[in-house]
Amino acid sequence: MSVIAPNFRLSSFIRSILDNLFWIIVLVTLAGIPAVQIVLFYIEMPVIDGELLTPFLALTWLADPSRVLPIVKALMATDFFRIAVFPGFGLAALLAAGTIFVERKMLAKLQLRVGPFYCGKVEGILQLAGDGLKLISKEIIIPAKADKPIFWLAPVAFVGTAAAFVSLIPVAPGGWVVADVELGVLAVFAVIGFFPIITVLSAWSANSKFPFIGGIRALHQMISFEIPLILSLLGVVMLAGTLNLTGIVESQGSFPWIVFLPVGAVVFFICILAELERIPFDLPEAESEIVAGWLTEFSGMMYGLVQLGTYLKLYAFAAIFTVMFLAGWHGPMIVPPFPEEIITDGIVLGPVTATIPGLPLFDQAMLNGTIWFVLKTVAVIFFILLPRGVFPRIRIDMLLSLGWYKLIGLSFINIFIALGLLYAGVLGPGGVI
Amino acid sequence: MSAQLPPGLQLEKTDERIMTLNVGPQHPGSGHMRIIVQIDGDYIVACDPDPGYVHRGEEKMAEYRNYITNIPHLERPVIHDSCNILYPYVLGVEDLLGIETPERAKYVRVIASELNRCVYTLYWLAIYGIFLGHSTMFMWPTGDRELFIDLLEKMTGARVTHAYMVPGGVRNDLPANFEDVCLRQVDYFEKRIAEYADVFYDNPILISRTENTGVLSRTDAIRLGVTGSVLRASGIDYDIRKREPYDVYDSLDFETNVLRAGDAYARSKIPWLDMMESCRIIRDALSKMPKSGSVRVKLKPNPKGGMESVYRRVESGRGALGCHIVSRKKPEPYRVKLSVGSFRNLIALPYLLKGERLGNMPSVYWSLNYWPVEADR
Repeated sequence: MSVIAPNFRLSSFIRSILDNLFWIIVLVTLAGIPAVQIVLFYIEMPVIDGELLTPFLALTWLADPSRVLPIVKALMATDFFRIAVFPGFGLAALLAAGTIFVERKMLAKLQLRVGPFYCGKVEGILQLAGDGLKLISKEIIIPAKADKPIFWLAPVAFVGTAAAFVSLIPVAPGGWVVADVELGVLAVFAVIGFFPIITVLSAWSANSKFPFIGGIRALHQMISFEIPLILSLLGVVMLAGTLNLTGIVESQGSFPWIVFLPVGAVVFFICILAELERIPFDLPEAESEIVAGWLTEFSGMMYGLVQLGTYLKLYAFAAIFTVMFLAGWHGPMIVPPFPEEIITDGIVLGPVTATIPGLPLFDQAMLNGTIWFVLKTVAVIFFILLPRGVFPRIRIDMLLSLGWYKLIGLSFINIFIALGLLYAGVLGPGGVI
Repeated sequence: MSAQLPPGLQLEKTDERIMTLNVGPQHPGSGHMRIIVQIDGDYIVACDPDPGYVHRGEEKMAEYRNYITNIPHLERPVIHDSCNILYPYVLGVEDLLGIETPERAKYVRVIASELNRCVYTLYWLAIYGIFLGHSTMFMWPTGDRELFIDLLEKMTGARVTHAYMVPGGVRNDLPANFEDVCLRQVDYFEKRIAEYADVFYDNPILISRTENTGVLSRTDAIRLGVTGSVLRASGIDYDIRKREPYDVYDSLDFETNVLRAGDAYARSKIPWLDMMESCRIIRDALSKMPKSGSVRVKLKPNPKGGMESVYRRVESGRGALGCHIVSRKKPEPYRVKLSVGSFRNLIALPYLLKGERLGNMPSVYWSLNYWPVEADR
């Protein structure tokens, strides 16, 4: 008799597995394959080596390893890959997941704890996956008097806006950016402007007191810190002479702008903390005053989506700091050059010599740029996480006076520094350096 | 119609600008009670604390049990401070029954109650930290509290609910190497407690947040009848351990901490200073304690008091804690009344919160050194 399931019967167990298999086969044949066929009908197939890539051809090529690389390269050239995997959502989600793990472990070490420990055997590395599963499996409760369409829309719109923010960030040289907007900085400001609207909509539609107070606080905080945030970036724009983010990174080839505009960098960093609602500026979610602020009525995966959006936003702000002040992908070349003899001679594996056309997959500058960009962004994220361990929460009047009096004044000082450097002919387009 | 309902249950708004918030009991910033707060924008215009959510009738229960079996349930209102809440009851019963406590037992009691004061204050400080959004200040005192809990476990056998004090002494003697272990832990804790200032008390954000908020002046403190750390933060040197020394407190070397500001910052700093004094008291008591001797007087089974009543009080973690026992020649007390510091301090809350910002509510509320379960009894 089994200990785990006292009424265990092998026949019913096998039957349940066969049952699942049956339904999987039925759904795949009746719904999955027709859906794939319909999608394939509308997709323009890439032409590789003079041959049109049909699904059947792709299947035959998958059997031949030397023919796989062109397919992968063709996929990497598509817009879908950029949006979903490398410079877009995939990289951002990976870094966001890493951020959550590092935040928990670092904060735990600071507070003489161990942090997540058991889930995933090694230092709780799968804790995030466990939390995600828990959130998915939870019931979504919506307040009876809530404005339901807007309440449902808010988390999705939040994640969507955060993902739009992520898509503006240039990660590596060679056009590795989802949306290379000519007025990139203005696009960043436009995307940031959506967050307070979504926050207030979700808080108001919940029709509850604590979310309402939290939403109003978030509105005050975001609006009053957006002004110094925008002003602090104007110095960089003046010196770089362009609003394009890729152009701003390319203008920092010899030195990052933080060397000349440290005041702007500090103001921008403090504004990041306030925009992200992180301690010491987490008033909209102040637990001991207004429960969880504007997140109070969210439950289950709706809350999970808001958290995902928050961490995507955190990555995006850290990346904007890197792009604006820390010279983006520029850095010493640390990636070794690709060995050319692999292309000319092939890889010798015992008696077999494998020649793989299509190598190298990435060029050297792109790999190096990505490594430097990720390293700098992670460093900025680390400094965003650090205040959580040492600061208490600030009060709303102190927050507003900080935003309106001190930071706006400092950002004007920053603009004057930039203007001085520009008119003295030291920096900027046609400058000395 | 709605005028007869209690303030939190009124559905009709009297003023369009006023919003009524029910803070508690299911609120992370309230404890086991409800504070009905009326706000105008960000300012609190009225505040009505509503204790009683965890009322358990401890005083009534005491009338059906004899003097010894009352001990384990009378400590339940503040299980973190169980030695101190039993202290006035035990002193009163000793007066009623005419028991003379052995000298060694008096020192052991003082050590136990000072250790327990640190346990309570650390827990209180942890919650004060998390109320202000300082999560490190939640974890550090919670971890350091284990030092004293381990010591008390060695002394009493229980980690939290000790039931250690009995009429006529303490329940059992100290273990063999207690003195060395205790001195080692206290030395380590004094080093740790200095670090709290670096991370919490000297933090500029904390100081700017809590200074000049919820100021209780010296005259108001006397008029409202607050006790303990709240009274001492308003500049009044009043400590039961000095004013009415019980057991051996008059022979020990310690000082009372007084600050004059009377704001939330001063009120939060007094218990932290008191913990340093507690360490001094423990070290002094360990050196002056008789090394051997009895710690408990053998009592008669079911002792009876006379036709009299006694009132004794001690300084607990939350201020003066009194116990009034009325005896009517029976094994059970006729009436036991606990007069607790928490309830006296709560009275000041509506006065302090009026006109403050909503963001100041947690810091002012918890700086009153209030323990909801003790106030409800």
